[in-house]
Amino acid sequence: MHELAIAGHVVDIAARHAEGRKVTKVYLKVGHLRQVVPSALTFSFDLVAQGTTIEGATLILEEVPATGRCRECGAESALKTFPFQCEACGASSLEITQGEELYVESLEMEGQEDEKLIAEG
Amino acid sequence: MHRTAVKKVVLEGVLDANDALAQANRQAFDHAGNFVVNMMSSPGAGKTALLEHTLDRTLGKVRIGVLEGDVQTTLDADRLARFHAPIVQVNTGAGFGGECHLDANMVRSGLAELPLHDIDVLVIENVGNLVCPAEFKVGEDVRVMVYAITEGEEKPLKYPLMFRSADLVLVNKMDLLPHLHFDLEKFLRNLDAVNPGVERILTSAATGRGVDEWCSWLTGRHKD
Ligand SMILES: [Zn+2]
Repeated sequence: MHELAIAGHVVDIAARHAEGRKVTKVYLKVGHLRQVVPSALTFSFDLVAQGTTIEGATLILEEVPATGRCRECGAESALKTFPFQCEACGASSLEITQGEELYVESLEMEGQEDEKLIAEG
Repeated sequence: MHRTAVKKVVLEGVLDANDALAQANRQAFDHAGNFVVNMMSSPGAGKTALLEHTLDRTLGKVRIGVLEGDVQTTLDADRLARFHAPIVQVNTGAGFGGECHLDANMVRSGLAELPLHDIDVLVIENVGNLVCPAEFKVGEDVRVMVYAITEGEEKPLKYPLMFRSADLVLVNKMDLLPHLHFDLEKFLRNLDAVNPGVERILTSAATGRGVDEWCSWLTGRHKD
């Protein structure tokens, strides 16, 4: 179950960026092509977070549908089934433009009113 | 002053830490001149049996080392011990009942015990699982997937992650074809649907079919 390993990494990332603050929500983007089962990931997250500074935080999982750009005609298509095919011209050579995401987007933490948004980097 | 929620933009890839370690492994492999194969399959597809053939046929020609990943046992490593090839066992058993894959850090932990400079080809035999190993880079040059025809024709469509990430698929247990309701053409169509044109070799560890071809594929690609 790779959801367990993924959850472990998500908890590590959240704890590192929170720097000791209490985390209430963890926003995660997951592309459809990642084969992640949302319920298994949420379950794993709660399990792995226990006993860490992330315990009690809610995992907000945003699924990103898969799309691709046709290398022949340039059209964008939704990718729902294999083989991937351009909806406009039927070509099968597509560059995946969306659906492989797997990243922590943001954290919601308890803090002071004057610091609504902390951007990093 | 009351406490309120603040939002912090993080934007960090969940696998970034693993990928950075995989990159470090890759540098160590490149430095030692190792061609590294990440061998993956579901449990019981025949990875170890194929490796026995491989070591048997390449002994004295190419120096093959094996990093053996297993949840708990050393059974696979024991089977390969008679070839006197450098072999190290990495158990993933720690933690939540054992990880179902090798990650870059686990591979790293096994490297110290391998004489990398005396190895041409390093085969990393991953833990048997159709999903998890595909998600974790370990520093490999290529991914080889062993697929047993006893698993049916539909698996590429059900578990596309691994099939899509493979550079070569060994379609194994071909000796069983007369006894199974397995439609080889249909399987190959499904394989092409998720990974168009991926290389494949039909093999049988029982009869030795395709093993020479696989050994040439493997040894023909090693770095000098
Ligand atoms: Zn098109």
